[in-house]
Amino acid sequence: MSNNTNGMTATEYIIAQHANRDRVRPGEIVNVSVDLCMSNDATTLLTDKIMKEQMKTHKVWDPSKVIIIVDHQVPADSVDTSRVQQQMAQFVDDQGIENFHTADGVCHQVMLEKYIYPGALILGADSHTCSYGSIGAVSSGIGSTDLAAIWASGETWLKVPETVRFILSGRLQPDVTAKDVALHIINLVRANGLTYKAMELAGSGIKSLTVPQRFTICNMAVEAGAKSTMVIPDQAVIDFFEKLERPVNNPSLFKNLEDTQNSSCHSEIQVDLNSLTPQIACPHYVDNVRPLSEIQGLKIDQAFLGSCTNGRIEDLREGAQLLKDKKVARNLRFLVTPASVSVYKQALEEKLIPIFLDAGAIVNHPGCSTCWGAHQGILASGQKMVTTGNRNFKGRAGSPESEIYLASPAVVVASAIKGELSHPREVR
Amino acid sequence: MAVAWKFGDNIDTDQIIPSQYLVLPTIKDMAAHTMETQNPAFSKAFKDGDIVVGEVNFGCGSSREQAPLVLKELGVRVIIALDFARIFFRNCINNGILPIEHPCAKEISDKDELLVDFAKGEIVNQTHNKTWQFNKIEGYLADILNAGGLAAYIANKKG
Repeated sequence: MSNNTNGMTATEYIIAQHANRDRVRPGEIVNVSVDLCMSNDATTLLTDKIMKEQMKTHKVWDPSKVIIIVDHQVPADSVDTSRVQQQMAQFVDDQGIENFHTADGVCHQVMLEKYIYPGALILGADSHTCSYGSIGAVSSGIGSTDLAAIWASGETWLKVPETVRFILSGRLQPDVTAKDVALHIINLVRANGLTYKAMELAGSGIKSLTVPQRFTICNMAVEAGAKSTMVIPDQAVIDFFEKLERPVNNPSLFKNLEDTQNSSCHSEIQVDLNSLTPQIACPHYVDNVRPLSEIQGLKIDQAFLGSCTNGRIEDLREGAQLLKDKKVARNLRFLVTPASVSVYKQALEEKLIPIFLDAGAIVNHPGCSTCWGAHQGILASGQKMVTTGNRNFKGRAGSPESEIYLASPAVVVASAIKGELSHPREVR
Repeated sequence: MAVAWKFGDNIDTDQIIPSQYLVLPTIKDMAAHTMETQNPAFSKAFKDGDIVVGEVNFGCGSSREQAPLVLKELGVRVIIALDFARIFFRNCINNGILPIEHPCAKEISDKDELLVDFAKGEIVNQTHNKTWQFNKIEGYLADILNAGGLAAYIANKKG
């Protein structure tokens, strides 16, 4: 064990660095400095109001560390949403915040492409902020009052989480994806199984997964209650950022994080990737997970490919490859929403978008779209949707009498073609 | 006398305040839709000081602080559940709502009459004549709670 990391897990090590401490232990409450903080159109205005009216603070501590992203309702679809976005624009102008994105994509994808980096401590007023452990950052979702306090001071308190280490072995089989790993883990530990915990993904299996695949699993960790996630960054992360032209070469950090891999933790859970099959989370709970084979054939009315979970170029490629020269089922609405403008442009370059359009899909501008439910592709009573999104709560995408099924991009596209929940091999 | 409003497992923040109402101008406007997918009568019939009771994983899902705020607007000061999702738990404390994690949540039914004694750390179910003790929140979190929330705590410290 290296002296530098004092037997801490990677999560504890990064928190200790931000608390100016040599060592922190799970359960301790520590004050930390925050490297970056993010909010979106669902949470920014409330935070602004709390900071000014209740905390009597009128300027954010460092505008260069504050990121504001409009993604939940792009473009604005009502007078109220337009007013919200108008007030957000006024706020960023008043504060001198340069990092303002009004049409660039889902906040977590924009954060991945432009801002986050290994070793950072990042908090965001959106629950899926836990995704950034996929590249070796400690990140977590918070409410508006906590964010207002960070805007005012650049600091916050954190309880150091215990780490639950998932040891992945083997490799994913054809038609089995990172989404299926996420649903399998949530089913295993249940919707509150990781509450207050850090989920660390480790073992030889994680090395076989790409950074976008790791992001998908870390993104869903909050659906098991996790506070944060961690994948110890490796060459795949270095290469990923090289491609983004945002190099993250920090050999001593990478070495220290690697040294933490045998540290003791709360518990270890084995996941055998070889044995996984396509999974579906059934209404109305993300941990209501069943093998696809048990409900194959269920008639659906809408399919959605997109979101911060599964709206990246790899997901669109997988979908387009299945859909090429085919049509979506009669009377089925299929929505495709790239997670960011950069994903959208790449899909255009690879000529994937015409495949979706020719098949009869609706292609939306990047944003949260159908996944968050108040915007685009609203479901009527009795309608069923299969989606690559992350939540299937009652009424999440429209009527409380509608149903949402969560699945991988391949299963969603296969189901869109057949008009019923389908295995990808049925449409090949 | 407080009345229990009993809900089940995994009450997520989309149930507490559905997404489509988050753009309404004020928390008061949003509060009229509190819990409407679970119980359409809730926002009208809930009386100031009544107690919300859930079971497993109360407040899971989105980080939206509008969820505890609409509850607070209707007069919720205590929520009892078997356990809470962490962002919601923190948002409650930050807004001066006491989240009590307690196995008694299973033994409370809708419309039971409850008494919560903060000083004694006691929950009394008067309908079923049962009393339970709960661990009071202490230290920094208690200071925030006593100030009425984090914002008030920070404003007080600034003087």
